[in-house]
Amino acid sequence: MLHIVNKSPLERNALDACLRVAQGGALLLTEDAVYAATRGNAAAEKITAAMAGMKVYVLGPDLDARGMTDRLLDGVTTVDYGGFVDLVTEYPTNQSWL
Amino acid sequence: MSEGTIKKFMFVNRKAPYGTIYALESPEVVLISAAFDQDVSLVFMDDGVFQLKKGQQTKGIENKNFSPTYRALDGYDIEKLYVEQESLDARGLTEDDLLVDVTVMTREEMGKLMETMDVVLSF
Amino acid sequence: MGTIEVSGKSYETDEEGYLVDLAQWNEEVGAYLATTESVEMTDQHWEVINFLRDYYNEFQIAPAVRVLTKAIGKKLGPDKGTSQYLYDLFPYGPAKQACKIAGLPKPTGCV
Repeated sequence: MLHIVNKSPLERNALDACLRVAQGGALLLTEDAVYAATRGNAAAEKITAAMAGMKVYVLGPDLDARGMTDRLLDGVTTVDYGGFVDLVTEYPTNQSWL
Repeated sequence: MSEGTIKKFMFVNRKAPYGTIYALESPEVVLISAAFDQDVSLVFMDDGVFQLKKGQQTKGIENKNFSPTYRALDGYDIEKLYVEQESLDARGLTEDDLLVDVTVMTREEMGKLMETMDVVLSF
Repeated sequence: MGTIEVSGKSYETDEEGYLVDLAQWNEEVGAYLATTESVEMTDQHWEVINFLRDYYNEFQIAPAVRVLTKAIGKKLGPDKGTSQYLYDLFPYGPAKQACKIAGLPKPTGCV
């Protein structure tokens, strides 16, 4: 399953809820959730831990908008809008954790 | 503009930019209040500190990059910008990552400063 | 919403006649917008218009008149940094009229 999270990990618990339930698959971070995959963020270790069991992606334009492109955690893959669509079609199911 | 009492206004910014509309609305209200010659302070805490991050490039998300507006505040005589230390720490940011000069203070100092205000508005 | 026609091209404006997309602005459009405000453009007018566009590019807002006056004084000399000078050029309000001619949105806090 492709899990999509768009809320900041330090403001909402959507990322926590997702990681608690997710059984592998992929995680795509968009909008304010991209902060989770940046160095020094208090939620970064959760992403690092999650990468042991699932592939983690961030939406590049959202990272650029927030000025965080140069702080992306190692091992996280950046995708553009086209890549977003590819991911959605690649996985039979997806869930947006609003 | 009529002569009135000058009140101490504090705007508390706690939201990341772009994900919600709050961070866009706040500078608008701040600039309006400046037009009425009030004593204005801005606070950035929690995800609000991300509003001041250098290097924002919003072309890809087709949103207006309003972060340069913070650099105009000086011209509006708004010079009191406060950032909470603990919020920076939790986000891997330091003062050098911010696009304007700010005063960094601890949570406790922030609380005390807040108590001295006449009006506190949260965004 | 409205539309203006300049040299065969049409441009969208808001209900108060401000250009909707500031990227579409050029001097010809500026000159046309000046006629809608009955402002006769001179070099002094253009100097203020160009200043406003630079200011907007840098800060992404249209300045309030007090801020504009101060900034113009700094950049173009103290004799030009007075509200008298700016009101002589743009009698119905320098921020309001000059911003419209410069293709910028109405300044924040300007009613």
